[in-house]
Amino acid sequence: MEEVRLMKGNEVLAEAAIRCGCDGYFGYPITPQSEVLETLMELKPWETTGMVVLQAESEIAAINMLYGGAATGKRVMTSSSSPGISLMSEGLSYLAGAELPCVVVNVQRGGPGLGTIQPSQSDYFQATKAPGHGGFRMIVLAPFSVQEMHDFVGLAFDLAFKYRTPVMILSDGVIGQMMEKVVLGPQQPRWTDEYIAETCMDWALTGKKGRGRNIVTSVDLDPNSHERFNLKLQAKYRNIEENEVRYETVRTDDAEYLLVAYGSAARIGEKVVEMAREEGYRLGLLRPVTLYPFPTGPIEVLSRQVKGILALEMSAGQLIEDVKLASQCRVPAYHYGRTGGVVPSPGEVYEAFKAHFPK
Amino acid sequence: MKQEIIIAGFGGQGVLSMGKILAYSGVMQGLEVTWMPSYGPEMRGGTANVTVILSDRRISSPIVHEFDTAVVLNQQSMDKFEPQVKPGGILIYDPNGITRHPERKDISIYRIGATAHAAKAGNPRVFNMVVLGALIQVSPNVTLENAYKGLAKSLPERVHKTLPANEAAIRTGMELVETAQVVPGLATGEAPANAVIR
Amino acid sequence: MSEEFKVEIKPENLVYQKPALTTDATMHYCPGCSHGTVHSLIAEVIEEMGIQDSTIGVSPVGCSVFAYNYIDIDWAEAAHGRACALATAMKRLNPGKMVFTYQGDGDLAAIGTGETIHACNRGENIAIIFINNAIYGMTGGQMAPTTLVGMKTATTPEGRRVDLHGYPFKIAEMLTHLDGVSYITRQSVNNPVNVRRAKKAIRKGFEKAMAGKGTSFIEIVATCNSGWKLSPVEANRWMEEHMHPVYPLGDLKDI
Repeated sequence: MEEVRLMKGNEVLAEAAIRCGCDGYFGYPITPQSEVLETLMELKPWETTGMVVLQAESEIAAINMLYGGAATGKRVMTSSSSPGISLMSEGLSYLAGAELPCVVVNVQRGGPGLGTIQPSQSDYFQATKAPGHGGFRMIVLAPFSVQEMHDFVGLAFDLAFKYRTPVMILSDGVIGQMMEKVVLGPQQPRWTDEYIAETCMDWALTGKKGRGRNIVTSVDLDPNSHERFNLKLQAKYRNIEENEVRYETVRTDDAEYLLVAYGSAARIGEKVVEMAREEGYRLGLLRPVTLYPFPTGPIEVLSRQVKGILALEMSAGQLIEDVKLASQCRVPAYHYGRTGGVVPSPGEVYEAFKAHFPK
Repeated sequence: MKQEIIIAGFGGQGVLSMGKILAYSGVMQGLEVTWMPSYGPEMRGGTANVTVILSDRRISSPIVHEFDTAVVLNQQSMDKFEPQVKPGGILIYDPNGITRHPERKDISIYRIGATAHAAKAGNPRVFNMVVLGALIQVSPNVTLENAYKGLAKSLPERVHKTLPANEAAIRTGMELVETAQVVPGLATGEAPANAVIR
Repeated sequence: MSEEFKVEIKPENLVYQKPALTTDATMHYCPGCSHGTVHSLIAEVIEEMGIQDSTIGVSPVGCSVFAYNYIDIDWAEAAHGRACALATAMKRLNPGKMVFTYQGDGDLAAIGTGETIHACNRGENIAIIFINNAIYGMTGGQMAPTTLVGMKTATTPEGRRVDLHGYPFKIAEMLTHLDGVSYITRQSVNNPVNVRRAKKAIRKGFEKAMAGKGTSFIEIVATCNSGWKLSPVEANRWMEEHMHPVYPLGDLKDI
């Protein structure tokens, strides 16, 4: 039965984790996402589904708890905000290197350094290009509503296990702190130990009963063999790029101009489309839902149709690079962004759009 | 319809929870809603504000910089948000602690002596419900019945015994709200709900 | 091969044999290193407890990074210092499993100090095997937190100086203050008596972890003859003369 509630994005992450049968959450408090751990502790899922919830001593410990949990085939998750995600970089690299599935949420705040606790999207490069050392990728999902904060938890676990890779939900302080209506999914059962032992038999550490021992590791000192492993990873990434691109368009059918924005910036972008359409601009919005894999193809197609593109993001210009690559600079593509925790108003974005593309 | 509302005051005045109850009332009315708070250290003793949007269509930006209605509960918020009310919009304020009263001539202005009432009634905890009553009186986008439902949904069950006192405070606010200035043709408590809709 | 090295092994002369759970992989450890002996003890304990199908080991970064090649159980190889964080989640998510970490002094007492202390303080029901050889073996003999005062390493060419590097880190003593730890012991594998004692200690630690008594911490004061630039025999003697006085053997806590 559908259950409609008014909830914060952060609170709904906790609900969604429990409901999709997550086995363990390990996290460390940091604004603006501490409600995730707080909500889990309030809901006490260990008394209902048996889900483990633990406040770790650091983000470093938390991500390595994910590594340990994921190594045993369990569905594990953490959440943090930008500075904490930096501390998780090493662990993410090990998870990718050991081909382990897990879900990591980044409710972004402004940086660099300790920065601000206000919303930002300045971790785009970090999430999509280099989440850690060694040239690995993560699937990156960018929710733009509280409902998507809910829906993407289950999706992220499905993708993580499908490809045996870390999956990041890249959110920000706006979506994390905002309340909206949300339809909560039904309670899914957690995987049984028997199910894990059977379905993850060739890699998970479930005890070597009935099979040879499994080893979860990311070390391989032989360059040739390690190159073969890297090529295997790259083949996995090509597969992901072919099959997992997700995006949404708003009024692009007849668009002469294109706005590209993700997450909370896409909400602002939708309002800009409304304002522009009222004044006769045929503006459309493309919202990447997966930031990696990036919707390169759809943007390439639209770049043949429109006269110009504006990339809107709460950073000094990161998304714009992928937009220019995708559009192959066929039409002028500009960046508009605010940094340091400032959320741009729809009005100022619209003015910037008009300045670039006067009638 | 679409109503973009800012509620602003001191942390501890119940600004965020009033916004949540308003938003939940919107949910009970079948509307789309967003509730976007200011967050961080400013909550503790400093100013706090929340943007609530009620709409019968999908809401795009949860962050807006001009408002149909501003509910202002201290001077800093008056200074910040009076200029951000859309022409023809509504400003509701509690005169307690206000040293510079609103000056705009192109918006409707209402006063609610919620602090004074709560002090007199000896129950400061219902202060924000008095303000909510004033808001739904002058800008009736949610019905009183749905406001009660939103209240019950927002409060944890362990404090549901306080529901009658909170409901009474909403009714008190509806009665106590005073009209300071009405821009002709725009919203008043007697006007139909769509009077402020743009 | 000269005649004097020709030794014939007869079954009736066998006192020890290769534990069933050690694999046939050729060990990468230097001759004289304590790791091989401790690996054998762990393999014997797991075998004797009959838990080879339900034990998960966590290997560190350091010489024992490839410990997983030598004992025939499920293993994960952790990031440097993070073994106790891995083990925490493994055990909490799989309470029926035996989970242990195997870590050196750099891994456990330098970069991983935080993870070690907090796992112990939470009383995770795991066993921690701590190999203390007072040096970084794998990276080429640099100073460890446990390096003795005056001891020469690649990064203390004139010997460890207290004014520059502080004191040898007695982490086992420090951990005794944490309520989550039920068993802390310091052992060595320098002679047959101590090998047998060390095995008993490992078994006790594993049993306490499986019984849910909290964390067990088994330190093994070990040799690194390559890092110390001594022959295996000299290294054993040097350990007895210099390491054991600073890191005295025996139980530090048993509740």
